[in-house]
Amino acid sequence: MAEHMLPSFVRKALARRESTLIILLAVLLVPISIRSPQFLSASNINRILNDMAILSMVAIGEFFVILSNGIDLSVGSIIAFTGMATGMINESYPVVHPVLLLLVGMSIGAVMGLFNGVLVAYGKIPPIITTLGTVNIYRGLTFLLSKGTWVTAHEMSESYIGFPRTTFLSISLLLWISFVVIAVFYYFSKFTRTGREVYAIGGNPTAAKFVGVNENRVRVVVFLISGTLCGLAGALWTARYASAVNEMATGFEMQAVAACVLGGVNFSGGAGGIMGVVLGTLFLGVVTNALPVVYLSVFWQTFVQGLIILIALALNTISDQRKQTKLLAQRRG
Amino acid sequence: MQDALLEVRNLTKIFPGIRALDEVQLTIRSGEVHALIGENGAGKSTLVKILTGVYFPNGGTLTLEGKEISFRNAIDAQNAGIVAIHQEASMFPELSVTENIFMGHHLRHPKTKKLDWKTMGEQTKALLSKMQLDIDPNTLVKNLSVAKRHMVEITKALSLDAKLVIMDEPTSALTKREVEDLFRIVRSLKEEGKAILFISHKFDEIFTICDYYTVFRDGKYIAEGKVSQSNEDSIINMMIGRSIDLLYPEHTPNIGEEILKVENLSQLGAFKNISFTLHKGEILGLFGLVGAGRSEVVRTIFGIDKASGGTMLLEGEPFASKDARQSMLKGIALVPEDRQKQGLVLKMSLTNNISLPVLKQLSFKGVVNLAKKEQEYVQKHGRRMEIKAAGYHVQAQTLSGGNQQKVVLAKWIGTDPKILILDEPTKGIDVATKAAVHQFMCTMAAKGVAIILISSELPEVLGMSDRILVMHEGYQTAILDRSEATAESVMRAAIATIDKEALDG
Repeated sequence: MAEHMLPSFVRKALARRESTLIILLAVLLVPISIRSPQFLSASNINRILNDMAILSMVAIGEFFVILSNGIDLSVGSIIAFTGMATGMINESYPVVHPVLLLLVGMSIGAVMGLFNGVLVAYGKIPPIITTLGTVNIYRGLTFLLSKGTWVTAHEMSESYIGFPRTTFLSISLLLWISFVVIAVFYYFSKFTRTGREVYAIGGNPTAAKFVGVNENRVRVVVFLISGTLCGLAGALWTARYASAVNEMATGFEMQAVAACVLGGVNFSGGAGGIMGVVLGTLFLGVVTNALPVVYLSVFWQTFVQGLIILIALALNTISDQRKQTKLLAQRRG
Repeated sequence: MQDALLEVRNLTKIFPGIRALDEVQLTIRSGEVHALIGENGAGKSTLVKILTGVYFPNGGTLTLEGKEISFRNAIDAQNAGIVAIHQEASMFPELSVTENIFMGHHLRHPKTKKLDWKTMGEQTKALLSKMQLDIDPNTLVKNLSVAKRHMVEITKALSLDAKLVIMDEPTSALTKREVEDLFRIVRSLKEEGKAILFISHKFDEIFTICDYYTVFRDGKYIAEGKVSQSNEDSIINMMIGRSIDLLYPEHTPNIGEEILKVENLSQLGAFKNISFTLHKGEILGLFGLVGAGRSEVVRTIFGIDKASGGTMLLEGEPFASKDARQSMLKGIALVPEDRQKQGLVLKMSLTNNISLPVLKQLSFKGVVNLAKKEQEYVQKHGRRMEIKAAGYHVQAQTLSGGNQQKVVLAKWIGTDPKILILDEPTKGIDVATKAAVHQFMCTMAAKGVAIILISSELPEVLGMSDRILVMHEGYQTAILDRSEATAESVMRAAIATIDKEALDG
């Protein structure tokens, strides 16, 4: 076969999901930029990155939950509740500094994530069921909080709306925040004990139990991370889009899951990495933004996203099976 | 003697690194109950899986009623008339008895092509009454006792018009009365001319119900004969009388003070009243056949499972572990039986697997000191076990069974245990690794580590242990010193027909 002619380090690099995504991105960008040279302009790239910043944070939270062999379907509702809460605080008390609003959002998100985690860990309710319940509870709480009303741009303070757009070294604060989140959780996943334990619980909960890993603690921690990041995302969302509406971020969990799956995160837990998730997010952003370029209306957006999830999942499964077959062959040989 | 119903000749099945069946033979005639006897790992289950079309043999022939046969899958075997009643009932608990019995061969109405539940219900009723079973065909299977589920499975075999019914440890979960019921049905099957292959560890049952026996040992055919012309002693000798093909390392016991005292340790439904002492530098063997409860005992000591009674003293202090973490802090390590399911996180690298139990010691304020400490630690213990791998960064699932086992051992010796519990440490690994594991045990014992060794291989237990605790169906039947332990005395205790009521008292 052709792939055997390549030097081993190239083959090894190709085997990684991260490299596949980079190549795929490059391949995708060629026809897009031929059709629309504007696509690769600095301003457009900046726009795409800013569009994807919020998703990258939520996807990282989702990543840890999936890594522990769970799923968090409530991310969109946590974003909505925290976004609505920070919007209303800003409306009533415009003096409150935006950074404080972000911290408030994160705290509320943390409580909501904690609730998910406690139900999963101590209530022994499967994550999919737990968050299927809380996705509605948290959305309902958003309506109760807002009494069905919106917070619009003119009711919000300039400082809050302007916060994500403020640039530092010609990069927006929104992007800087996402860089910090990526860096912090890259470090967390690679170099901390708890990070390692998430991989262990997701990979083999029984073996983890035999070495004394506290499974319940890990399950709570992953939902806590997801909730906190959603809270941060909610506070930023309201500022960036200059409004807080009850329906905000509906269905956002699908995008978060899609970014993870695209990034090669194993759906049954135990394998995957932050860099894959970031590239998955980026890939999703490029595809979404490229739709108008190829004259597909934005109405196609969710259709294409669904398609991408299916293809990515199928690819993950196929490559896993191929690996297994190879392993068996190796062991026999 | 009438013609054989099923003849198995020179049947061989090879798994990576192991000959599970080596040219075995078996002959069963219609209307007989045939016992298949052997230790754990003798190859009984493998043979059953070949007869029921689950495994495909590497060589040899199967002849059914004079015709050579070969099964591609389980349905083939079923159609040929071979049906197994499984150890763990493979039924659909949420469906009714009728639905279970006709699963896979439903009857359809000849005209409408609709499923004909009326006829199926009637047939089920007829079959059940023929077997004198008081079961309503419409009961959901989940509402039946284990014994009745067995009966339903047997009924299903009859509805398939089975010629050979395989019963693999059918009585393990049954009460005495239920066993009698089962035997009544076995006898009526026999009268109808069905053949029954009966797999059991219980000699009293074999001598009650079986006509013929075949003995396997280490995947090889040893002997066959009439049950009425043999006795327990002669069959035990066939089961154990093997040549020692492995030399055990010289081990001069250096037994020190008592470290663990277990008194009347019990767990409901698993084991009862286990009592022993363990000393520094001692290797205590734990032997028993499948279902004896050995793994459950050590899991309870280690805190994975909860005890329902009894006490433990660790270095003179009362001890009851809540979980593995606590046990590890107290200096206990457990190398579990199933390295793939319990010992390793297969998707993780060797480094991450080996350091997993000691992450706390290797990290500072929750951050793992990856650059130095962890690598040094992993290299040190990995080298000690002589792991053969492309590097410590590769995933654990890429290694061979023997090397995986070395990773599991490396993972645990790093915790610096005072008590090391090894559950089947040499199961399914090559001879060289096996010898390395034995050598490792002797080295640890010489250093004063107390070792509990669980093994299904009698020679290994005899060759390695200073004392042997033997269990049978959750009861402790003997503790034998090295001097008094022979293959015969240990096996006798392992299959002991015990007076449960007396021991329960």
